[in-house]
Amino acid sequence: MSAASRSLFAFWRRSPASAGEAPSLPWLTFACCALLVAAAIFGNWIAPYSKEAVSLGASLLPPAWQQGGSMQHLLGTDQLGRDILSRLIAGARISLATAAAATLLSGAFGVLVGLVAGYVGGIVESIAMRVVDAFLALPFILLALALVATLGTGFGNIIIVMVIANWARYARLVRSEVLSVKHRDFVTLARIAGVRPLVIMLRHVLPNVLNSVVVLAILDVGRAIILESSLSFLGVGIQPPDVSWGLMLADGRTLMVFAWWLTTLPGLMIVFAVLSFNSLGRWLHVRFDPRGQL
Amino acid sequence: MAFYLLRRIGETFVTLLLITLLVFCLTRLTGDPAALLLPPESTEEARQYFRVHHGLDRALPIQYVTYLRNVAAGDFGMSFRLNEPAIDVVWRALGPTLSLAGAGMLLSILIGMPLGIIAAASSRPWVKSVVSGYSSLGQALPPFWTGLTLVLVFALWIPLLPTSGYGAAKYYVLPAVTLAISTSSAIAGLTAANMSEALKNDFIALERVLGLSEARVLLKHALRNASLPIVTYLGLQFGLILGGAIVTERVFAWPGIGQRIVEAILARDYPVVQAVVLVTALMFMLINLLVDLFYMVLDPRLRT
Repeated sequence: MSAASRSLFAFWRRSPASAGEAPSLPWLTFACCALLVAAAIFGNWIAPYSKEAVSLGASLLPPAWQQGGSMQHLLGTDQLGRDILSRLIAGARISLATAAAATLLSGAFGVLVGLVAGYVGGIVESIAMRVVDAFLALPFILLALALVATLGTGFGNIIIVMVIANWARYARLVRSEVLSVKHRDFVTLARIAGVRPLVIMLRHVLPNVLNSVVVLAILDVGRAIILESSLSFLGVGIQPPDVSWGLMLADGRTLMVFAWWLTTLPGLMIVFAVLSFNSLGRWLHVRFDPRGQL
Repeated sequence: MAFYLLRRIGETFVTLLLITLLVFCLTRLTGDPAALLLPPESTEEARQYFRVHHGLDRALPIQYVTYLRNVAAGDFGMSFRLNEPAIDVVWRALGPTLSLAGAGMLLSILIGMPLGIIAAASSRPWVKSVVSGYSSLGQALPPFWTGLTLVLVFALWIPLLPTSGYGAAKYYVLPAVTLAISTSSAIAGLTAANMSEALKNDFIALERVLGLSEARVLLKHALRNASLPIVTYLGLQFGLILGGAIVTERVFAWPGIGQRIVEAILARDYPVVQAVVLVTALMFMLINLLVDLFYMVLDPRLRT
């Protein structure tokens, strides 16, 4: 790894180059992200009820602090008497799992394309970059909708849709970073020394472009959460009996006048999750990749 | 400049061709188009007739050329659901979407740019904090939730505006504000960043020493220097606002392309889906081409 770039993977070992340059560790952001991840992983054990537990006797209860609310259902219940808090936690699991899987897979595929295109160059690069342009020429949600129309809805398909809609951004970023690295001395020396191209790409070029990829990926988690919840809200994303924040919003829409908590609480969760991951991404960006082009 | 222009138009054309290829592959490679494009209750004879009639029994490259010829002539086939050419459905929906996106864009610029300029020019730290807070929050708000919340507050709790519908100016207020909240926050952030950079230039200090009014320094000289990246960004934002409009239309029952494509997906009306995707892509790319031309007008260095 070159001396100029600080490694993202060892930030706790190094002190900032100068005090004014990077903001201090954002503990609040870390805590919020950790809370969401914990809810996603351990949700089944934390949630007071099953996400599907129907109880018609207790339908449309308001949150506990409002008149008519009960301590049994802290954030109230929906029209079928399902506990909102439990469903929000279950929604965290689906939303974060979709976002994480989509981001990882599209990152991996985009990095592969960008690495090969940038390193090999020539006709391979031209073709790959035109294809990247075609994918980036469509508004993200429109491309996703076009894909949903043929691939179908549901958890697995939504991940595939998000990967196809998103990989091109990584390919473009990695290719431009590779171009700036590939004529540096250590790469040239490796080539002269007879190291195989595949090894050069993975061992010497890839580590130098990973910082910006990770920053883009963290910022993408927020985008992915919004995209998934938008698709689910439109009725073409996650399907019942799975729970997603966007789906809860769509379900509660018609009853919004009588029960504000049905739409407001899932919306707040989306905003909270997106804000947390975006501010983590922005901090990483300033700290590790200040000149990076995102 | 002529060369650059020709190259840009050529690139746009190649990209558009690739998008038609993408849409073509989506329908042909995910299964039997006869099963996909015909209503599920149709008979096997009808499917065979459909295959021969549409040349689906021929080689894929030949099929693609035929498809391209039809698309170039604006023929996307008949909508299954509405029994009229798919392209007509899109044309009818395009007006409402463009007027909503236009209103949203105008409002976003009117809110976003002044906020950005104020944040960059102000010497008070809290002003910068408020604007950067607005910028982060606005981009984290999903438009469908902002829309529903606005409806809840300004149409149901305080009955000022209609909950949904299309027509007179009052119907535009809530959808346009919904779009403007997410887009103006992005524009404010970018304007602030570019204005702060522009204000660091030596000529700004010189102009202040020469006694030019602060408004003139800010709006005429600094803003002109900051405007290049902002204009490019506005072009990109228009794509995002079209995407936001698709979701927002669903909240407000706005009769635009967003409504049409979601209805078409739910009813498996593929000709309409394809027509919406290609027309929107074409529009989006034309806007980006125009942005590039505008770029040349703003920056004389690019004209040579």
